[in-house]
Amino acid sequence: MITAALDVGSFLDSVFVFDNYGELLALLRNSVWAGAVLGLVGGLVGTFVMMRDLAFAVHGIAELSFAGAAAALLIGADVVTGSLVGSVLAALIMGFTGLRAREGNSFVGVLMPFGLGLGILFLSLYEGRSSNKFSLLTGQIVSVSSLQLTSMVVLSAVVLVTLVGVWRPLTFASTDPLVAQAKGLPVRGLSILFMVLLGISVALSVQIVGSLLVLALLITPAAAAMNLTASPLRTVVLSVVFAELAMVGGILLALGGSIPISPYVTTISFVLWLVSRAVRAVRERTSSYGRTTTTPHGRSRASVTGPARP
Amino acid sequence: MQTETASGVVPGGRAPQGRPVIRLSEASLAFGERTLWSGLNLSVAPGEYFAVLGSNGTGKTSFLKVLLGLLPLTSGTVSVNGTRPHAAASRVGYVPQQRGFPARTPLRAKDLVAQGVDGHRWGIRTHPRRVHRRVAELLERVGASEYADAPVGLLSGGEQQRLRIAQALAADPTVMLCDEALLSLDLHHQHVVSELVHEQRQRTGCAVVFVTHDVNPIIEHVDRILYLANGSFRIGTPDEVLRSDVLSELYGTHIEVLRSNGRILVAGRPDSTHHTDSPEELIP
Repeated sequence: MITAALDVGSFLDSVFVFDNYGELLALLRNSVWAGAVLGLVGGLVGTFVMMRDLAFAVHGIAELSFAGAAAALLIGADVVTGSLVGSVLAALIMGFTGLRAREGNSFVGVLMPFGLGLGILFLSLYEGRSSNKFSLLTGQIVSVSSLQLTSMVVLSAVVLVTLVGVWRPLTFASTDPLVAQAKGLPVRGLSILFMVLLGISVALSVQIVGSLLVLALLITPAAAAMNLTASPLRTVVLSVVFAELAMVGGILLALGGSIPISPYVTTISFVLWLVSRAVRAVRERTSSYGRTTTTPHGRSRASVTGPARP
Repeated sequence: MQTETASGVVPGGRAPQGRPVIRLSEASLAFGERTLWSGLNLSVAPGEYFAVLGSNGTGKTSFLKVLLGLLPLTSGTVSVNGTRPHAAASRVGYVPQQRGFPARTPLRAKDLVAQGVDGHRWGIRTHPRRVHRRVAELLERVGASEYADAPVGLLSGGEQQRLRIAQALAADPTVMLCDEALLSLDLHHQHVVSELVHEQRQRTGCAVVFVTHDVNPIIEHVDRILYLANGSFRIGTPDEVLRSDVLSELYGTHIEVLRSNGRILVAGRPDSTHHTDSPEELIP
Protein backbone atom coordinates (compact mmCIF):
# COMPACT_ATOMS: atom_id res chain seq x y z
CA MET A 1 0.00 0.00 0.00
CA ILE A 2 2.75 2.39 0.93
CA THR A 3 4.69 1.70 -2.24
CA ALA A 4 1.54 2.29 -4.27
CA ALA A 5 1.04 5.64 -2.59
CA LEU A 6 4.63 6.50 -3.26
CA ASP A 7 4.18 5.59 -6.89
CA VAL A 8 1.21 7.90 -7.17
CA GLY A 9 3.26 10.60 -5.52
CA SER A 10 6.20 10.20 -7.85
CA PHE A 11 3.83 10.00 -10.78
CA LEU A 12 2.25 13.29 -9.84
CA ASP A 13 5.71 14.75 -9.29
CA SER A 14 6.67 13.89 -12.82
CA VAL A 15 3.39 15.17 -14.26
CA PHE A 16 3.34 18.49 -12.47
CA VAL A 17 6.81 19.95 -12.25
CA PHE A 18 7.12 23.60 -11.42
CA ASP A 19 10.78 23.92 -10.35
CA ASN A 20 12.43 27.05 -11.70
CA TYR A 21 9.18 27.73 -13.51
CA GLY A 22 9.81 31.41 -14.09
CA GLU A 23 13.13 30.80 -15.79
CA LEU A 24 11.70 28.00 -17.92
CA LEU A 25 8.81 30.14 -18.98
CA ALA A 26 11.17 32.88 -20.07
CA LEU A 27 13.27 30.37 -21.97
CA LEU A 28 10.33 28.71 -23.67
CA ARG A 29 8.30 31.83 -24.30
CA ASN A 30 8.36 31.08 -28.02
CA SER A 31 6.69 27.70 -27.42
CA VAL A 32 3.85 29.34 -25.54
CA TRP A 33 3.34 31.83 -28.33
CA ALA A 34 3.44 29.02 -30.89
CA GLY A 35 0.80 27.21 -28.86
CA ALA A 36 -1.40 30.28 -28.73
CA VAL A 37 -1.20 30.75 -32.49
CA LEU A 38 -1.97 27.07 -33.05
CA GLY A 39 -4.93 27.24 -30.69
CA LEU A 40 -6.42 30.06 -32.74
CA VAL A 41 -5.91 28.23 -36.03
CA GLY A 42 -7.08 24.89 -34.61
CA GLY A 43 -10.21 26.35 -33.06
CA LEU A 44 -11.26 28.13 -36.25
CA VAL A 45 -10.36 25.42 -38.75
CA GLY A 46 -11.87 22.82 -36.42
CA THR A 47 -15.36 24.28 -36.70
CA PHE A 48 -15.26 23.83 -40.46
CA VAL A 49 -13.79 20.34 -40.07
CA MET A 50 -16.81 19.46 -37.94
CA MET A 51 -19.32 21.08 -40.30
CA ARG A 52 -17.81 19.19 -43.23
CA ASP A 53 -17.51 15.94 -41.28
CA LEU A 54 -13.81 15.61 -42.06
CA ALA A 55 -12.52 14.15 -38.78
CA PHE A 56 -11.24 11.03 -40.43
CA ALA A 57 -9.61 12.99 -43.23
CA VAL A 58 -7.74 15.08 -40.66
CA HIS A 59 -6.29 11.90 -39.23
CA GLY A 60 -5.28 10.71 -42.68
CA ILE A 61 -3.64 14.03 -43.53
CA ALA A 62 -1.73 13.91 -40.25
CA GLU A 63 -0.25 10.51 -41.08
CA LEU A 64 0.96 11.74 -44.45
CA SER A 65 2.29 14.82 -42.78
CA PHE A 66 4.27 12.48 -40.55
CA ALA A 67 5.59 10.62 -43.62
CA GLY A 68 6.66 13.94 -45.13
CA ALA A 69 8.40 15.02 -41.96
CA ALA A 70 10.15 11.66 -41.65
CA ALA A 71 11.31 11.86 -45.25
CA ALA A 72 12.68 15.34 -44.60
CA LEU A 73 14.49 14.09 -41.51
CA LEU A 74 16.04 11.28 -43.55
CA ILE A 75 17.34 13.43 -46.36
CA GLY A 76 18.40 16.18 -43.99
CA ALA A 77 15.86 18.71 -45.19
CA ASP A 78 13.74 20.97 -43.03
CA VAL A 79 11.24 18.89 -41.06
CA VAL A 80 8.56 21.58 -41.05
CA THR A 81 8.73 21.88 -44.82
CA GLY A 82 8.57 18.10 -45.11
CA SER A 83 5.46 17.80 -43.01
CA LEU A 84 3.89 20.73 -44.86
CA VAL A 85 4.51 19.09 -48.24
CA GLY A 86 3.16 15.76 -46.99
CA SER A 87 -0.04 17.13 -45.52
CA VAL A 88 -0.90 19.60 -48.29
CA LEU A 89 -0.32 16.87 -50.86
CA ALA A 90 -2.57 14.47 -48.94
CA ALA A 91 -5.21 17.16 -48.48
CA LEU A 92 -5.20 17.98 -52.18
CA ILE A 93 -5.50 14.33 -53.19
CA MET A 94 -8.46 13.97 -50.86
CA GLY A 95 -9.96 17.25 -52.05
CA PHE A 96 -9.83 16.25 -55.69
CA THR A 97 -11.18 12.76 -55.17
CA GLY A 98 -14.22 14.16 -53.42
CA LEU A 99 -14.65 13.51 -49.74
CA ARG A 100 -18.38 13.69 -49.37
CA ALA A 101 -18.94 10.52 -51.27
CA ARG A 102 -19.00 7.33 -49.32
CA GLU A 103 -15.84 6.01 -50.96
CA GLY A 104 -14.09 9.11 -49.64
CA ASN A 105 -13.86 7.58 -46.21
CA SER A 106 -12.47 4.28 -47.39
CA PHE A 107 -10.03 6.20 -49.54
CA VAL A 108 -8.71 7.99 -46.46
CA GLY A 109 -8.54 4.62 -44.76
CA VAL A 110 -6.44 3.31 -47.62
CA LEU A 111 -4.15 6.33 -47.72
CA MET A 112 -3.57 6.60 -43.97
CA PRO A 113 -1.76 3.31 -43.21
CA PHE A 114 0.30 3.80 -46.34
CA GLY A 115 1.46 7.18 -45.07
CA LEU A 116 2.17 5.84 -41.62
CA GLY A 117 4.09 2.88 -43.04
CA LEU A 118 6.09 5.16 -45.30
CA GLY A 119 6.95 7.36 -42.33
CA ILE A 120 8.10 4.40 -40.27
CA LEU A 121 10.25 3.23 -43.17
CA PHE A 122 11.93 6.63 -43.41
CA LEU A 123 12.45 6.76 -39.66
CA SER A 124 14.02 3.30 -39.52
CA LEU A 125 16.45 4.37 -42.24
CA TYR A 126 17.27 7.55 -40.34
CA GLU A 127 20.36 7.26 -38.16
CA GLY A 128 20.22 10.49 -36.24
CA ARG A 129 18.92 11.12 -32.75
CA SER A 130 16.03 8.83 -31.97
CA SER A 131 14.17 11.37 -29.82
CA ASN A 132 13.47 13.27 -33.04
CA LYS A 133 11.74 10.19 -34.39
CA PHE A 134 9.24 9.71 -31.66
CA SER A 135 8.33 13.35 -31.28
CA LEU A 136 6.92 13.47 -34.80
CA LEU A 137 4.24 11.01 -33.75
CA THR A 138 3.47 12.05 -30.21
CA GLY A 139 4.63 15.63 -30.00
CA GLN A 140 7.12 17.39 -27.80
CA ILE A 141 7.83 20.65 -26.08
CA VAL A 142 9.93 21.96 -28.84
CA SER A 143 12.15 24.79 -27.88
CA VAL A 144 10.68 26.77 -30.70
CA SER A 145 13.27 29.04 -32.24
CA SER A 146 12.41 32.56 -33.25
CA LEU A 147 12.78 31.55 -36.88
CA GLN A 148 10.38 28.64 -36.44
CA LEU A 149 7.96 30.84 -34.60
CA THR A 150 8.08 33.38 -37.40
CA SER A 151 7.35 30.78 -40.08
CA MET A 152 4.55 29.40 -37.95
CA VAL A 153 2.99 32.80 -37.48
CA VAL A 154 3.27 33.59 -41.18
CA LEU A 155 1.62 30.31 -42.21
CA SER A 156 -1.07 30.74 -39.57
CA ALA A 157 -1.71 34.26 -40.81
CA VAL A 158 -2.13 32.92 -44.35
CA VAL A 159 -4.68 30.39 -43.10
CA LEU A 160 -6.56 32.93 -40.99
CA VAL A 161 -6.71 35.67 -43.62
CA THR A 162 -7.90 33.22 -46.28
CA LEU A 163 -10.46 31.80 -43.89
CA VAL A 164 -11.87 35.25 -43.12
CA GLY A 165 -11.97 36.04 -46.84
CA VAL A 166 -14.12 33.02 -47.67
CA TRP A 167 -15.95 32.83 -44.34
CA ARG A 168 -19.56 33.16 -45.43
CA PRO A 169 -19.40 31.14 -48.67
CA LEU A 170 -17.37 28.43 -46.94
CA THR A 171 -19.90 28.22 -44.12
CA PHE A 172 -22.73 28.09 -46.64
CA ALA A 173 -21.01 25.44 -48.75
CA SER A 174 -20.08 23.41 -45.68
CA THR A 175 -23.49 23.31 -44.04
CA ASP A 176 -25.78 23.42 -47.08
CA PRO A 177 -23.83 22.44 -50.22
CA LEU A 178 -26.83 21.86 -52.50
CA VAL A 179 -28.36 25.27 -52.00
CA ALA A 180 -24.95 26.96 -52.01
CA GLN A 181 -24.31 25.42 -55.41
CA ALA A 182 -27.73 26.50 -56.66
CA LYS A 183 -26.85 30.03 -55.54
CA GLY A 184 -23.89 29.87 -57.91
CA LEU A 185 -21.15 29.39 -55.31
CA PRO A 186 -18.06 27.45 -56.44
CA VAL A 187 -18.67 24.66 -53.95
CA ARG A 188 -15.98 22.38 -55.29
CA GLY A 189 -13.39 25.14 -55.48
CA LEU A 190 -14.15 26.12 -51.89
CA SER A 191 -13.82 22.51 -50.85
CA ILE A 192 -10.36 22.20 -52.39
CA LEU A 193 -9.29 25.55 -50.98
CA PHE A 194 -10.37 24.42 -47.54
CA MET A 195 -8.41 21.18 -47.90
CA VAL A 196 -5.26 23.23 -48.56
CA LEU A 197 -5.92 25.34 -45.46
CA LEU A 198 -6.53 22.15 -43.52
CA GLY A 199 -3.28 20.66 -44.79
CA ILE A 200 -1.33 23.69 -43.61
CA SER A 201 -3.08 23.66 -40.22
CA VAL A 202 -2.35 19.96 -39.73
CA ALA A 203 1.32 20.43 -40.58
CA LEU A 204 1.52 23.26 -38.04
CA SER A 205 -0.18 21.17 -35.36
CA VAL A 206 2.05 18.15 -35.97
CA GLN A 207 5.01 20.24 -34.77
CA ILE A 208 3.61 20.51 -31.28
CA VAL A 209 1.10 17.77 -30.57
CA GLY A 210 2.44 15.15 -32.96
CA SER A 211 0.66 13.52 -35.87
CA LEU A 212 -1.22 10.92 -33.86
CA LEU A 213 -2.89 13.54 -31.68
CA VAL A 214 -3.76 16.28 -34.13
CA LEU A 215 -7.43 15.47 -33.67
CA ALA A 216 -7.28 16.74 -30.09
CA LEU A 217 -6.63 20.19 -31.49
CA LEU A 218 -8.62 20.14 -34.72
CA ILE A 219 -11.71 18.20 -33.64
CA THR A 220 -12.25 18.10 -29.90
CA PRO A 221 -12.52 21.86 -29.18
CA ALA A 222 -14.98 22.39 -32.05
CA ALA A 223 -16.98 19.32 -31.08
CA ALA A 224 -17.18 20.57 -27.51
CA ALA A 225 -18.32 24.00 -28.72
CA MET A 226 -21.04 22.43 -30.85
CA ASN A 227 -22.34 20.60 -27.81
CA LEU A 228 -22.96 23.92 -26.17
CA THR A 229 -24.45 26.11 -28.88
CA ALA A 230 -25.97 26.08 -32.34
CA SER A 231 -25.12 29.71 -33.00
CA PRO A 232 -22.40 29.89 -35.66
CA LEU A 233 -20.65 32.83 -34.02
CA ARG A 234 -20.69 31.36 -30.52
CA THR A 235 -19.49 28.02 -31.88
CA VAL A 236 -16.42 29.66 -33.36
CA VAL A 237 -15.66 31.72 -30.25
CA LEU A 238 -16.04 28.75 -27.88
CA SER A 239 -14.03 26.49 -30.15
CA VAL A 240 -11.14 28.95 -30.14
CA VAL A 241 -11.37 29.42 -26.37
CA PHE A 242 -11.30 25.66 -25.79
CA ALA A 243 -8.42 25.14 -28.21
CA GLU A 244 -6.45 27.91 -26.46
CA LEU A 245 -7.16 26.41 -23.05
CA ALA A 246 -5.90 23.04 -24.24
CA MET A 247 -2.86 24.29 -26.11
CA VAL A 248 -1.59 27.08 -23.90
CA GLY A 249 -2.70 25.30 -20.73
CA GLY A 250 -1.05 22.10 -21.91
CA ILE A 251 2.22 23.82 -22.74
CA LEU A 252 2.32 25.68 -19.42
CA LEU A 253 1.81 22.42 -17.53
CA ALA A 254 4.30 20.51 -19.64
CA LEU A 255 7.14 23.04 -19.47
CA GLY A 256 8.83 21.74 -16.35
CA GLY A 257 8.42 18.00 -16.76
CA SER A 258 9.89 15.36 -18.99
CA ILE A 259 6.56 14.17 -20.34
CA PRO A 260 5.69 15.27 -23.89
CA ILE A 261 3.18 18.03 -24.28
CA SER A 262 0.52 15.92 -25.99
CA PRO A 263 -0.94 14.12 -22.95
CA TYR A 264 -1.61 17.48 -21.32
CA VAL A 265 -3.24 18.91 -24.43
CA THR A 266 -5.35 15.85 -25.13
CA THR A 267 -6.46 15.50 -21.51
CA ILE A 268 -7.52 19.12 -21.20
CA SER A 269 -9.47 19.04 -24.45
CA PHE A 270 -11.08 15.73 -23.52
CA VAL A 271 -12.19 17.05 -20.15
CA LEU A 272 -13.63 20.15 -21.83
CA TRP A 273 -15.53 17.91 -24.20
CA LEU A 274 -16.86 15.74 -21.35
CA VAL A 275 -18.15 18.79 -19.52
CA SER A 276 -19.76 20.17 -22.66
CA ARG A 277 -21.43 16.84 -23.33
CA ALA A 278 -22.85 16.76 -19.82
CA VAL A 279 -24.16 20.30 -20.18
CA ARG A 280 -25.80 19.34 -23.45
CA ALA A 281 -27.45 16.29 -21.91
CA VAL A 282 -28.95 18.41 -19.17
CA ARG A 283 -30.09 21.10 -21.57
CA GLU A 284 -31.72 18.77 -24.05
CA ARG A 285 -34.20 17.78 -21.40
CA THR A 286 -35.30 21.31 -20.71
CA SER A 287 -35.15 23.53 -23.78
CA SER A 288 -37.89 23.66 -26.37
CA TYR A 289 -36.70 26.59 -28.50
CA GLY A 290 -40.10 28.20 -28.24
CA ARG A 291 -41.98 25.27 -29.67
CA THR A 292 -44.20 22.53 -28.40
CA THR A 293 -41.68 19.70 -28.34
CA THR A 294 -38.12 19.09 -29.40
CA THR A 295 -38.58 15.88 -31.26
CA PRO A 296 -35.67 15.17 -33.54
CA HIS A 297 -36.35 15.76 -37.20
CA GLY A 298 -38.01 12.94 -39.06
CA ARG A 299 -40.88 12.62 -36.64
CA SER A 300 -43.73 14.85 -37.59
CA ARG A 301 -45.26 17.29 -35.23
CA ALA A 302 -48.90 18.16 -34.86
CA SER A 303 -48.62 21.47 -36.67
CA VAL A 304 -45.90 23.60 -38.19
CA THR A 305 -47.22 26.69 -36.56
CA GLY A 306 -47.03 25.00 -33.23
CA PRO A 307 -50.24 25.20 -31.21
CA ALA A 308 -50.24 25.65 -27.48
CA ARG A 309 -48.62 22.95 -25.43
CA PRO A 310 -51.14 20.18 -24.86
CA MET B 1 -36.09 45.41 -64.16
CA GLN B 2 -39.58 44.11 -64.36
CA THR B 3 -40.63 42.89 -60.98
CA GLU B 4 -43.90 44.65 -60.44
CA THR B 5 -46.15 42.13 -62.14
CA ALA B 6 -48.52 41.65 -59.30
CA SER B 7 -51.16 40.11 -61.52
CA GLY B 8 -50.12 36.76 -60.06
CA VAL B 9 -52.08 34.39 -62.19
CA VAL B 10 -51.58 34.18 -65.90
CA PRO B 11 -54.61 32.96 -67.79
CA GLY B 12 -54.01 29.31 -68.43
CA GLY B 13 -52.34 28.18 -71.57
CA ARG B 14 -52.20 31.41 -73.47
CA ALA B 15 -48.99 33.07 -74.53
CA PRO B 16 -47.42 34.57 -71.40
CA GLN B 17 -47.45 38.33 -70.96
CA GLY B 18 -44.42 40.51 -70.27
CA ARG B 19 -40.75 39.70 -70.63
CA PRO B 20 -40.36 36.03 -69.82
CA VAL B 21 -38.31 35.15 -66.76
CA ILE B 22 -37.30 31.89 -68.38
CA ARG B 23 -36.86 31.21 -72.04
CA LEU B 24 -35.66 28.03 -73.70
CA SER B 25 -35.42 27.69 -77.43
CA GLU B 26 -34.74 24.50 -79.34
CA ALA B 27 -33.26 23.21 -76.12
CA SER B 28 -32.14 19.64 -75.82
CA LEU B 29 -30.38 17.65 -73.19
CA ALA B 30 -28.67 14.31 -73.68
CA PHE B 31 -26.38 12.16 -71.61
CA GLY B 32 -24.28 10.26 -74.13
CA GLU B 33 -26.62 8.31 -76.33
CA ARG B 34 -29.65 8.95 -74.22
CA THR B 35 -31.70 12.04 -75.07
CA LEU B 36 -33.78 13.26 -72.16
CA TRP B 37 -35.62 15.87 -74.17
CA SER B 38 -35.08 17.84 -77.36
CA GLY B 39 -36.71 20.63 -79.35
CA LEU B 40 -37.99 22.26 -76.19
CA ASN B 41 -39.33 25.78 -76.77
CA LEU B 42 -40.70 27.42 -73.71
CA SER B 43 -41.09 30.71 -71.98
CA VAL B 44 -42.31 31.26 -68.46
CA ALA B 45 -43.91 34.63 -67.75
CA PRO B 46 -43.52 36.69 -64.58
CA GLY B 47 -45.97 35.42 -62.00
CA GLU B 48 -46.68 32.19 -63.83
CA TYR B 49 -46.96 28.91 -61.92
CA PHE B 50 -45.26 26.29 -64.03
CA ALA B 51 -45.15 22.63 -63.02
CA VAL B 52 -42.69 20.10 -64.39
CA LEU B 53 -44.02 16.57 -64.14
CA GLY B 54 -42.81 13.15 -65.13
CA SER B 55 -41.41 9.95 -63.71
CA ASN B 56 -37.91 9.47 -62.41
CA GLY B 57 -35.16 9.60 -64.98
CA THR B 58 -37.12 11.72 -67.44
CA GLY B 59 -34.94 14.76 -66.87
CA LYS B 60 -37.08 16.79 -64.45
CA THR B 61 -34.23 17.53 -62.10
CA SER B 62 -31.85 18.02 -65.01
CA PHE B 63 -34.28 20.62 -66.34
CA LEU B 64 -33.94 22.48 -63.06
CA LYS B 65 -30.15 22.13 -63.12
CA VAL B 66 -30.16 23.77 -66.55
CA LEU B 67 -32.16 26.70 -65.15
CA LEU B 68 -29.70 26.98 -62.26
CA GLY B 69 -26.74 27.00 -64.62
CA LEU B 70 -25.35 23.77 -63.17
CA LEU B 71 -25.78 21.79 -66.36
CA PRO B 72 -25.20 23.01 -69.92
CA LEU B 73 -27.71 22.26 -72.64
CA THR B 74 -26.62 19.81 -75.30
CA SER B 75 -28.02 22.22 -77.87
CA GLY B 76 -30.27 25.25 -77.99
CA THR B 77 -30.31 28.23 -75.69
CA VAL B 78 -31.59 29.04 -72.23
CA SER B 79 -31.95 32.39 -70.53
CA VAL B 80 -33.15 33.34 -67.06
CA ASN B 81 -34.09 36.98 -66.42
CA GLY B 82 -32.76 37.66 -69.92
CA THR B 83 -29.25 36.45 -69.15
CA ARG B 84 -27.20 33.29 -68.64
CA PRO B 85 -28.61 31.15 -65.83
CA HIS B 86 -25.40 31.35 -63.82
CA ALA B 87 -25.41 35.15 -63.96
CA ALA B 88 -29.05 35.22 -62.92
CA ALA B 89 -28.50 33.04 -59.85
CA SER B 90 -28.64 36.01 -57.47
CA ARG B 91 -32.30 36.69 -58.36
CA VAL B 92 -33.40 33.05 -58.38
CA GLY B 93 -34.93 31.43 -55.32
CA TYR B 94 -34.20 27.76 -54.95
CA VAL B 95 -36.33 25.55 -52.72
CA PRO B 96 -34.74 22.09 -52.43
CA GLN B 97 -36.25 18.82 -51.40
CA GLN B 98 -36.41 18.45 -47.63
CA ARG B 99 -33.38 16.68 -46.20
CA GLY B 100 -32.46 16.44 -42.56
CA PHE B 101 -29.45 18.31 -41.25
CA PRO B 102 -26.91 16.50 -39.09
CA ALA B 103 -27.92 16.93 -35.46
CA ARG B 104 -24.93 19.07 -34.46
CA THR B 105 -24.96 21.45 -37.41
CA PRO B 106 -24.04 24.85 -35.93
CA LEU B 107 -26.92 26.73 -37.54
CA ARG B 108 -30.18 27.95 -36.11
CA ALA B 109 -33.33 28.49 -38.14
CA LYS B 110 -32.51 32.17 -38.53
CA ASP B 111 -28.95 31.39 -39.65
CA LEU B 112 -30.29 29.18 -42.42
CA VAL B 113 -32.38 32.08 -43.70
CA ALA B 114 -29.44 34.46 -43.24
CA GLN B 115 -27.40 32.29 -45.59
CA GLY B 116 -29.98 33.10 -48.22
CA VAL B 117 -29.49 36.80 -47.50
CA ASP B 118 -25.70 37.07 -47.51
CA GLY B 119 -24.22 33.55 -47.46
CA HIS B 120 -22.96 33.95 -51.01
CA ARG B 121 -21.02 37.13 -50.26
CA TRP B 122 -17.30 36.94 -49.60
CA GLY B 123 -15.66 37.83 -46.33
CA ILE B 124 -17.36 38.11 -43.00
CA ARG B 125 -20.62 39.89 -42.22
CA THR B 126 -20.03 43.61 -41.85
CA HIS B 127 -23.60 44.82 -41.27
CA PRO B 128 -25.07 42.25 -38.92
CA ARG B 129 -27.96 44.44 -37.88
CA ARG B 130 -29.17 44.93 -41.44
CA VAL B 131 -29.03 41.17 -42.03
CA HIS B 132 -30.84 40.42 -38.77
CA ARG B 133 -33.64 42.80 -39.68
CA ARG B 134 -34.06 41.22 -43.09
CA VAL B 135 -34.03 37.71 -41.60
CA ALA B 136 -36.64 38.64 -38.99
CA GLU B 137 -38.85 40.04 -41.72
CA LEU B 138 -38.48 36.90 -43.85
CA LEU B 139 -39.19 34.60 -40.90
CA GLU B 140 -42.28 36.62 -40.13
CA ARG B 141 -43.45 36.30 -43.72
CA VAL B 142 -43.41 32.50 -43.65
CA GLY B 143 -44.63 32.22 -40.06
CA ALA B 144 -41.42 30.77 -38.67
CA SER B 145 -40.53 33.46 -36.13
CA GLU B 146 -41.25 31.38 -33.07
CA TYR B 147 -38.59 28.81 -33.77
CA ALA B 148 -36.02 31.26 -35.10
CA ASP B 149 -33.49 30.14 -32.50
CA ALA B 150 -33.99 26.40 -32.88
CA PRO B 151 -31.01 24.44 -34.22
CA VAL B 152 -31.71 23.25 -37.77
CA GLY B 153 -30.93 19.68 -36.78
CA LEU B 154 -34.01 19.67 -34.55
CA LEU B 155 -36.51 21.03 -37.06
CA SER B 156 -39.34 19.00 -38.54
CA GLY B 157 -39.68 18.60 -42.29
CA GLY B 158 -42.49 21.14 -42.49
CA GLU B 159 -40.57 23.69 -40.47
CA GLN B 160 -37.50 23.21 -42.64
CA GLN B 161 -39.46 23.81 -45.82
CA ARG B 162 -40.93 27.03 -44.43
CA LEU B 163 -37.38 28.19 -43.79
CA ARG B 164 -36.34 27.12 -47.27
CA ILE B 165 -39.03 29.33 -48.72
CA ALA B 166 -37.91 32.23 -46.53
CA GLN B 167 -34.34 31.55 -47.66
CA ALA B 168 -35.41 31.56 -51.31
CA LEU B 169 -37.39 34.80 -50.85
CA ALA B 170 -34.24 36.48 -49.51
CA ALA B 171 -33.03 36.82 -53.09
CA ASP B 172 -36.11 38.91 -54.05
CA PRO B 173 -36.53 36.25 -56.69
CA THR B 174 -38.09 36.77 -60.08
CA VAL B 175 -38.59 33.03 -60.11
CA MET B 176 -38.71 30.35 -57.44
CA LEU B 177 -37.41 26.97 -58.49
CA CYS B 178 -38.87 24.23 -56.32
CA ASP B 179 -37.24 20.82 -56.56
CA GLU B 180 -39.59 18.18 -55.14
CA ALA B 181 -40.11 20.64 -52.31
CA LEU B 182 -43.05 18.66 -50.87
CA LEU B 183 -41.48 15.23 -50.99
CA SER B 184 -41.22 13.46 -47.62
CA LEU B 185 -43.77 15.80 -46.02
CA ASP B 186 -47.06 14.46 -44.72
CA LEU B 187 -50.27 15.53 -46.49
CA HIS B 188 -51.03 18.32 -44.06
CA HIS B 189 -47.61 19.90 -44.46
CA GLN B 190 -47.65 19.38 -48.21
CA HIS B 191 -50.73 21.56 -48.26
CA VAL B 192 -49.31 24.15 -45.87
CA VAL B 193 -46.06 24.52 -47.80
CA SER B 194 -47.80 24.52 -51.17
CA GLU B 195 -50.10 27.33 -50.01
CA LEU B 196 -47.11 29.27 -48.77
CA VAL B 197 -45.40 29.07 -52.17
CA HIS B 198 -48.60 30.22 -53.85
CA GLU B 199 -49.10 33.04 -51.35
CA GLN B 200 -45.57 34.35 -51.85
CA ARG B 201 -45.95 34.17 -55.61
CA GLN B 202 -49.07 36.33 -55.41
CA ARG B 203 -47.39 38.72 -53.03
CA THR B 204 -44.13 39.20 -54.92
CA GLY B 205 -45.27 38.45 -58.45
CA CYS B 206 -42.44 35.99 -58.96
CA ALA B 207 -42.86 33.00 -61.21
CA VAL B 208 -42.77 29.47 -59.81
CA VAL B 209 -41.25 26.46 -61.51
CA PHE B 210 -42.23 23.45 -59.48
CA VAL B 211 -40.64 20.10 -60.25
CA THR B 212 -42.66 17.28 -58.75
CA HIS B 213 -43.68 13.70 -59.33
CA ASP B 214 -47.08 14.38 -57.76
CA VAL B 215 -49.08 17.30 -59.07
CA ASN B 216 -51.97 16.99 -56.63
CA PRO B 217 -50.71 19.18 -53.77
CA ILE B 218 -50.18 22.11 -56.16
CA ILE B 219 -52.77 21.42 -58.87
CA GLU B 220 -55.16 24.23 -57.92
CA HIS B 221 -52.46 26.86 -58.48
CA VAL B 222 -50.75 25.50 -61.58
CA ASP B 223 -51.07 27.53 -64.77
CA ARG B 224 -49.15 25.30 -67.14
CA ILE B 225 -47.46 21.94 -67.11
CA LEU B 226 -44.40 20.51 -68.79
CA TYR B 227 -44.92 16.77 -68.81
CA LEU B 228 -41.79 14.75 -69.56
CA ALA B 229 -41.91 11.10 -70.57
CA ASN B 230 -40.10 8.75 -72.87
CA GLY B 231 -37.70 11.38 -74.23
CA SER B 232 -40.66 13.46 -75.29
CA PHE B 233 -42.86 16.08 -73.67
CA ARG B 234 -46.11 18.03 -73.71
CA ILE B 235 -46.70 21.61 -72.60
CA GLY B 236 -50.08 23.09 -71.77
CA THR B 237 -52.65 23.78 -69.08
CA PRO B 238 -53.48 20.94 -66.71
CA ASP B 239 -56.70 20.34 -68.63
CA GLU B 240 -54.82 20.14 -71.91
CA VAL B 241 -52.07 17.82 -70.71
CA LEU B 242 -53.51 15.66 -67.96
CA ARG B 243 -55.80 13.72 -70.27
CA SER B 244 -55.93 10.05 -71.06
CA ASP B 245 -55.44 10.52 -74.81
CA VAL B 246 -52.55 13.00 -74.48
CA LEU B 247 -50.60 10.96 -71.95
CA SER B 248 -51.34 7.68 -73.77
CA GLU B 249 -49.76 9.17 -76.87
CA LEU B 250 -46.83 10.47 -74.86
CA TYR B 251 -46.12 7.17 -73.15
CA GLY B 252 -46.98 5.07 -76.18
CA THR B 253 -49.19 2.84 -74.07
CA HIS B 254 -52.68 3.06 -72.63
CA ILE B 255 -52.85 5.55 -69.79
CA GLU B 256 -55.92 6.36 -67.76
CA VAL B 257 -56.18 9.77 -66.10
CA LEU B 258 -58.71 9.59 -63.31
CA ARG B 259 -60.12 12.54 -61.42
CA SER B 260 -61.86 12.23 -58.12
CA ASN B 261 -62.54 14.95 -55.55
CA GLY B 262 -60.22 17.27 -57.43
CA ARG B 263 -57.34 14.81 -57.18
CA ILE B 264 -55.70 13.47 -60.29
CA LEU B 265 -54.47 9.94 -60.64
CA VAL B 266 -52.42 8.79 -63.59
CA ALA B 267 -52.95 5.06 -63.88
CA GLY B 268 -51.10 2.62 -66.08
CA ARG B 269 -47.80 4.44 -66.28
CA PRO B 270 -45.16 1.82 -67.03
CA ASP B 271 -43.10 3.03 -64.09
CA SER B 272 -45.81 4.36 -61.84
CA THR B 273 -45.14 1.89 -59.06
CA HIS B 274 -41.82 3.53 -58.39
CA HIS B 275 -42.86 7.13 -58.48
CA THR B 276 -42.41 7.71 -54.77
CA ASP B 277 -38.81 6.55 -54.75
CA SER B 278 -36.21 9.12 -53.83
CA PRO B 279 -35.75 11.51 -56.72
CA GLU B 280 -32.52 12.19 -58.49
CA GLU B 281 -30.00 14.14 -56.49
CA LEU B 282 -29.04 17.60 -57.61
CA ILE B 283 -25.35 16.89 -57.06
CA PRO B 284 -24.39 13.44 -58.25
